[in-house]
Amino acid sequence: MTENTRLEATEMNMPAATILARSDLYHMPSTTVRTPDAEPRSAKVIARNVSVFYGPKQALFDVSIDIPEKSVTAFIGPSGCGKSTFLRCLNRMNDTIDGCRVSGQIALDGSDIFAPSLDVVELRARVGMVFQKPNPFPKSIYENVAYGPRIHGLARSKADLDEIVASSLQKASLWNEVKDRLHEPGTGLSGGQQQRLCIARAIAVSPEVILMDEPCSALDPIATARIEELIDELKQNFTIVIVTHSMQQAARVSQRTAFFHLGNLVEEGPTDLIFTSPGEKRTQDYITGRFG
Amino acid sequence: MNTAIIAALLLILLGIAYQTGCSRSRSLTLGGEARLHSRPVYHGALVAIWSLTPALLILALWALFGDTASRAYLLAQLPPETSSLAPADLDGAIRRIRQIESGFGIIGDAQPWENQAAEALREFRILTSAAIIAAAAGTGALALWFARSRISLRLRARNEVERMVSWAMIGCSIVAILTTAGIVASLLVEAIRFFTFVSPIDFFFGTVWNPGFSTTGHGSAGEYGLLPLLWGTLMVATIAILVALPIGLLTAIYLTQYASPRLRGFVKPIIEILAGIPTIVYGFFALVTVGPFLAGLGNLLGLDIRATSALTAGIVMGIMIIPFISSLSDDIIRQVPRAMRDGSLGLGATQSETIKRIILPAALPGIVGAFLLAVSRAIGETMIVVLAAGNSPYLRLNPGEPVSTVTVTIVNQLTGDTDFASPQSLVAFALGLTLFAMTLILNVAALYIVRRYREQYE
Repeated sequence: MTENTRLEATEMNMPAATILARSDLYHMPSTTVRTPDAEPRSAKVIARNVSVFYGPKQALFDVSIDIPEKSVTAFIGPSGCGKSTFLRCLNRMNDTIDGCRVSGQIALDGSDIFAPSLDVVELRARVGMVFQKPNPFPKSIYENVAYGPRIHGLARSKADLDEIVASSLQKASLWNEVKDRLHEPGTGLSGGQQQRLCIARAIAVSPEVILMDEPCSALDPIATARIEELIDELKQNFTIVIVTHSMQQAARVSQRTAFFHLGNLVEEGPTDLIFTSPGEKRTQDYITGRFG
Repeated sequence: MNTAIIAALLLILLGIAYQTGCSRSRSLTLGGEARLHSRPVYHGALVAIWSLTPALLILALWALFGDTASRAYLLAQLPPETSSLAPADLDGAIRRIRQIESGFGIIGDAQPWENQAAEALREFRILTSAAIIAAAAGTGALALWFARSRISLRLRARNEVERMVSWAMIGCSIVAILTTAGIVASLLVEAIRFFTFVSPIDFFFGTVWNPGFSTTGHGSAGEYGLLPLLWGTLMVATIAILVALPIGLLTAIYLTQYASPRLRGFVKPIIEILAGIPTIVYGFFALVTVGPFLAGLGNLLGLDIRATSALTAGIVMGIMIIPFISSLSDDIIRQVPRAMRDGSLGLGATQSETIKRIILPAALPGIVGAFLLAVSRAIGETMIVVLAAGNSPYLRLNPGEPVSTVTVTIVNQLTGDTDFASPQSLVAFALGLTLFAMTLILNVAALYIVRRYREQYE
């Protein structure tokens, strides 16, 4: 792990010219994506020509992207650019919005998530989600984490469940802070702790992909730093897609970055490349703060 | 006629005062850098309040004591021979004179002295009302002048107006509180009078209700046991809740969680129409349709169900309170944040798991509140039970038999000739007090439950 991080850090600091010189790393066939931590990864999620309509209004235009497994992909872009909308397509949360229609294909591990044979409940168990505002249930900390395993019948006994709860909280690096008060309400935690509780809750169902919709926008810088550290650890086991408004955050946590603008996916590539030598003028304008 | 003139005068005074305040304050700012503390409208409102208040006070005093004054004047006008009249006859004479004066017809021919007195009364009336109007207008003008002279750049008119408005609001809420207190006090006083005839133990724990008729004479003729009535009330209310709670709650869940917006926009108003149907209409729906249907059904099943029974009244009352439960729960369920729902769905919970485990627990305090509100509504409901419960105040276990409730009995005891001195009619107050205490306890319980659970959930 530490070695990987160091490797990544050195790559992050590479001058743009070097990166361009090694650009063969970044133009892979669509089913494999190479991330800066050197190893080629297969694409976990493949989206092709995804469009989203809210009633008559089209919010997303023909988005195609490959999301590599066990790494962090960041979606950036100005407000209303469709990045959250696209994120919510990946576990079909848009189904819960009245009048929302999605076209195009999205495949998770090669199987179509819009196929009639696919159970959306199962999909959401495989593709977990963390929301913008921490939204713990009005239940105890324990019950919050146990909720998912309970509804999916993942624990055979009370001890099993305790084990899942404990390990999820540990993975979300919240265990030490709450282990003595598991039965106090989750709503009594601080904002950053609540968000980590929501991450633990998502981890508890052992998903393969975790979608994070601006997970730090309601948090202070210290809590944000802890969540970012956590994301960095989680990428060993999970495929993470994060929507963020903060370009620094995208640069810090992600291996690949996708820039959305006005419902279009403008550009997508390795994070360091996007930030140092973007291929599109609009991307450059956005990351240099000229608009957005 | 007088009232119209007074109202018009007051309006004119109001308009003048407001305009004076506005233009005076505005004139202060002319030709200079000077800024008013408050905007001219507040100065206008302040002057208007100042000038209207004394005028209204004088009119209010006259409304309170004017009648006494005119009566005293009239008595002084009457010829000496009337002083020997009994008080009741004197009242009659005064009433006759007033009718002559106002131009209404009277029985028999008017005596000359009556006509004289009426003439005097008319003069007195014209004089005094002119005087009152003049006094009101005069003090109003005086107050207007005073308020106008107070206007300055630094006068905090806005703060003063806002303070007065808040006093007015306090006054309004005090009216509501005093009314409640008055109702409770009158219930209490009359109920205590009732308990001088019948001991509270016999009333609260008696099992026989047989009050006899008030015409059979005074004294505690008859038995006043509350229990049969209470039992009937509880039975009807329980049946009503058993009907309304599942239907109402499931309707609310369907409408908020499953129904498409179009269907919801169509169904919700129709359900709310149920709440707008007068209870008397429900009453004859019960009497004409539901009762005979239930009786027929009972025949088929070999059960003895009477057409007018606790069951008939309860079921129809349940239909009546469905919209209460469904509307209130609908609003409450809607208030559960969408984030909760998304969070649960995002973990792969199904719609029904989300409702059962997240939405209903979060909405529970509100639903309990709605439930208790519906119960107190069911307990207080009168018309349906009057028509459909059979009015038979006996302790019976079978809901297919007729019963009587507290409300029905109040109606029975107070209709027809009543003199409010016999226990037969006074018992209505004791019954009313019991009913009031029951709904009060329910409401307090509702508040307590709502508060307790809210602590747990937020």
